Amino acid sequence: MNIRHAKTFLLGALALGFLVSVAASHFNSYWLFITYDIAINVILAVSLNLINGYTGQFSLGHAGFMAVGAYTAAVITNQFGDLNPFAAGAVFSGALLAGGALAAGAGLLVGIPTLRLRGDYLAIVTLGFGEIIRVIFQNMQGVGGARGLSVAHGWTDFFWAFGAAAAAVYVVAALVHSTYGRGFLAVRDDEVAASAMGINPVRYKVTAFVVGAFFAGVAGGLYAHSKQFITPGGFNFMQSVSIVVMVILGGMGNTVGVILAAVLLTLLPEFLRPIAEYRMILYSLLLVVLMLARPQGLFTFRKQGDAK
Amino acid sequence: MNPARPGAEKFDSPLLQLDKATLRFGGLAAVSDLDLSLGRNELVGLIGPNGAGKTSAFNLITGVYPPSGGSILFDGRPMANRKPHQIARAGIARTFQNIRLFASMTVFDNVRTAARLHCPRGVRNALWRGRSFRDGEKEISGQVMELLEIFQLGKFHAAAATSLSYGDQRRLEIIRALATKPKLLLLDEPAAGMNATEKAELMRLIQFIKDRFQVSILLVEHDMKVVMGICERIVVLDYGMKIAEGTPAEIRAHPKVIEAYLGD
Ligand SMILES: Nc1ncnc2c1ncn2[C@@H]1O[C@H](COP(=O)(O)OP(=O)(O)O)[C@@H](O)[C@H]1O
Ligand SMILES: [Mg+2]
Repeated sequence: MNIRHAKTFLLGALALGFLVSVAASHFNSYWLFITYDIAINVILAVSLNLINGYTGQFSLGHAGFMAVGAYTAAVITNQFGDLNPFAAGAVFSGALLAGGALAAGAGLLVGIPTLRLRGDYLAIVTLGFGEIIRVIFQNMQGVGGARGLSVAHGWTDFFWAFGAAAAAVYVVAALVHSTYGRGFLAVRDDEVAASAMGINPVRYKVTAFVVGAFFAGVAGGLYAHSKQFITPGGFNFMQSVSIVVMVILGGMGNTVGVILAAVLLTLLPEFLRPIAEYRMILYSLLLVVLMLARPQGLFTFRKQGDAK
Repeated sequence: MNPARPGAEKFDSPLLQLDKATLRFGGLAAVSDLDLSLGRNELVGLIGPNGAGKTSAFNLITGVYPPSGGSILFDGRPMANRKPHQIARAGIARTFQNIRLFASMTVFDNVRTAARLHCPRGVRNALWRGRSFRDGEKEISGQVMELLEIFQLGKFHAAAATSLSYGDQRRLEIIRALATKPKLLLLDEPAAGMNATEKAELMRLIQFIKDRFQVSILLVEHDMKVVMGICERIVVLDYGMKIAEGTPAEIRAHPKVIEAYLGD
């Protein structure tokens, strides 16, 4: 991605999202909702890619951050969404940001104690964190407990979904493609050498966790206002795994590849829908085959990770 | 200069001073009671047989491991128990015995990553990408290219760091260390794996670095003949202890040194 035109890209994406959302009534609503899923998965995958791909951590708790954002945003819009019909956009954006902020706070909480851990250990701790979040919501009767929570407003549309996706892509790409951002890759490549060059690995890891969690929270808010019904079970371990799969399949630390993988893996189950009961088996088989055939990621073509 | 000015005495005090510095791994003392002092713009050789504790001494100075005892002063400030990145920011840079370049990055980015040390800009700057960001990036980029040119690696700036020849990778590690603008440069067996001609060339390069960048250099080398030509002073380690210190001529004739190397 040519980062020099990044701001233009961001504005272009927002404008396109707006135009499509204006014309949304002319589109098949089934496919429209799938495009929201695509945007949400792009946000999740791109943000996890900052943690797992660029910084070389292994987080398995992204669904937990997503849950924090989803519940926070849903509770806010359920509470304040009807106050003033003209302020809907403001309430929604506030709710999404609050969801992101709370998720980022959770990211900070998980990030700090887990920084001494590496690889498998970090994966286990973040997995545990995700499950704890899920269990907490399951037992919170105020938000419906295990029965789930209805979300009054279906505010997620093309503009919000793709605007947020463009923002997530921009933030991750802009961070990584700077002298400052080379530090994420340095920490991943060789932590000892990185610290010998004056890079504070703790700082970079926490930043990756916080930024990643923020966008997972925003994605959760969008998800809640697209489905209009959320249950703790929707943010389980499998959801975290499916985001990890997008990152691995796209090629760790390859933003464009990860975006393509998120699109592909959102669409694949839809195309497999006609063969209903064999769908998940085929999906899993396809994943296994893809991993074996292209362990470096489907969309990684250069041998060197991320050169410039 | 008025000698009574506070802080002026800092220039007379050594740049680096180890006082009974000790590093233990369980029962093994990799470095024991090491006294070592290094002046400004001085080039000192640290030699000793394999396993003598040379790399461990570097790990101690750069904070990879906290000392089990003793003290380390750099520029008059205590360094013990500081984190490696803090020590790097204080002005100590190093290379590694086993090359540790950033493998996924280009030659340029390896150096650029280290050059960030003197540029405090962070997240907000990178996100906003305004004028100060662009100016800063341009300035760093200029510094990096200049460094690469000095060492004739400019033409490889866009190549993957790991695609360089072995000797160039070693030089790139030195350039990366210099990009942090250190006061003290620690080189851990930079000549390892080179043939005699390459070694001689590298020693000239090290001398050049000392003069050009006005740094103090502590040079670890396994083969004492290599450092004899360029070091004013040599410190010899064996079993974690300093067994000799002096000019190359003194070291060559020192009975303990001869014994240590014959046993090697
Ligand atoms: N991380 C470590 N853990 C345990 N022992 C170590 C460690 N690093 C070095 N040692 C031991 O310390 C001694 C000195 O090693 P080292 O400093 O690498 O020697 P040199 O660089 O002079 O060849 C050796 O006996 C080595 O096995
Ligand atoms: Mg060594």
